[in-house]
Amino acid sequence: MRRRRSPALDLLGLVVAAVVGFPVYWMVLTAFRPANEILSLPPHFWPGRPTLANFSRALHTETFWANVRSSVLIGVGTVLVSLVVGALAAFALARFRFLGRRAFVVVILVVQMVPLTALIIPVYLLLNDVGMTDSIAGVVLTYLVFTLPFTVWMLRGFIAGVPVELEEAAMVDGCSRLGAFRRVVLPLLAPGIVATSVFALVQAWNEYVLVYVLLSTPTKQTVSIWLVSFQTGFGTDYGGLMAGATLTALPVVVFFLVVQRRIASGLAAGAVKG
Amino acid sequence: MSADRVRRRRPSLLPYLLIGPTVLALVLVLGYPLVDMVLLAFQDMTREQLFSGAAPPWAGLDQFRRILGDGFFWTVVLRTVVFTAVCVALTVLCGLFTAQLMHRVSPWVRAVIAGVLVTVWAMPAMVAASIFRWLFDADYGAVNWTLSLLPGVDLAKHNWFTDPWQGFAVIVAVVVWGALPFAAITLRAALAQVPAELEESAVLDGARPFQVFRHVTLPVIRPVLLMVTTLMAIWDFGVFNQIWLMRGGQPEREYYLLGIYSFIESFAVNRYSTGAAIALVTVVLLLAGSVIYLRQMLRTGEIE
Repeated sequence: MRRRRSPALDLLGLVVAAVVGFPVYWMVLTAFRPANEILSLPPHFWPGRPTLANFSRALHTETFWANVRSSVLIGVGTVLVSLVVGALAAFALARFRFLGRRAFVVVILVVQMVPLTALIIPVYLLLNDVGMTDSIAGVVLTYLVFTLPFTVWMLRGFIAGVPVELEEAAMVDGCSRLGAFRRVVLPLLAPGIVATSVFALVQAWNEYVLVYVLLSTPTKQTVSIWLVSFQTGFGTDYGGLMAGATLTALPVVVFFLVVQRRIASGLAAGAVKG
Repeated sequence: MSADRVRRRRPSLLPYLLIGPTVLALVLVLGYPLVDMVLLAFQDMTREQLFSGAAPPWAGLDQFRRILGDGFFWTVVLRTVVFTAVCVALTVLCGLFTAQLMHRVSPWVRAVIAGVLVTVWAMPAMVAASIFRWLFDADYGAVNWTLSLLPGVDLAKHNWFTDPWQGFAVIVAVVVWGALPFAAITLRAALAQVPAELEESAVLDGARPFQVFRHVTLPVIRPVLLMVTTLMAIWDFGVFNQIWLMRGGQPEREYYLLGIYSFIESFAVNRYSTGAAIALVTVVLLLAGSVIYLRQMLRTGEIE
């Protein structure tokens, strides 16, 4: 179909992009601004004299690096555990018909509907009972609630995309069922694993309520708590807050870009190589 | 169940061993707490039992009697439902609009919009809330100044959070802004599946743009639209972070939604059982609302 493209629509598209993108632009702009330019009326909508003062103030808050470390530990721990545990279940779902499969699928889906805020109280009490309230391992364990079902569901789709014939060929050549999975399917899953772990990592990185309740030691707390405490600590220091927000968002933006490329490279390409 | 597969292989323990760890983890971190939450709602757990480790006394339906008999609880339920409906409607409408727009603009404009959407998608909720707090700042916020340019509008020093209606308008803006990329990109993928020939012939037959949308486009994108709507509803019903941050960790009673209410009852007032009862009501309301989503997903899970 010959689609008529009108300049008016293009212009509308650019306006929409500008409106939707403005908050991000404003965040970055404010983060690089000296205080007297931030607190000015009328506001300056274009870059003026950029400064790194806000960033250095944000980076020099007492707990910043400890909080980054804690966020990374929690994120990586959550991703590793949910990948190892989830990949097995995803393999079972994608490749076997077994009694209870449907029930398992229902559970995986229903679980994703339980709001995290509803679970805070019993999870807190549970970890309190076993003395794990102020521990990073406790948080990792808790995060499995939302990363695991998601990982299973995502990986199931990716595994289903790998032709069974590849596995059967390996089994004809003498591999066991799991051996075929490890040698044939797993290498082809790389893009799927990257995509899944990035999404899980981002969720863990962004989560706020649970860590707020569970972790009380300031150095164990995560970046999202740092961002909030920063706000009260500095009152209405918007320059510092926006610098902190930029720092918090930066890794996530990078991850999103990585995932996009990985998914674009696609499963099919890998299967042909195999 | 495919008979052909069963014949090919002996039924084995392997799939059960494979899902075993997942089942175990879910029972531990989800099943147990869920059961505990239900039990808790029928008990009376306070700070005292938390520290002594003693079993909380049973309270029967007392918690439910208390919250269901409280007018404020119903105000919060109603507020949550309205909030969710407004957020979902706005997100889906804006998402559809953006998706349609992306469908029609030149490729380079589409790339610009897609880039912006992905960047916004990557913004953590806490970051988004921080930005909007700054945008709507009473003294130096860009929004007050810009809106004051309109004739007859003077918003200098206007505090958006004094009036809960205006405050919620800001909160809705954050939530919709954060959810728009997911809605727009998913719906755009669905729109790409609508055969161009169908739309074209409908136009040739004299259908107006709205009729084309209603009778040609909508039936194709319906499943995706349904999925996006339900997912949005589930997320918006449990909104917590944005309100929590925008009200500086101490939301006023006018800003309570079910999630906030349950949290405050538990961790600020230390009435864990009341909090659990509110959470239980929330989950039941949500599950009732999301049966549609479940059926849709089950269908995709079975076909392959």
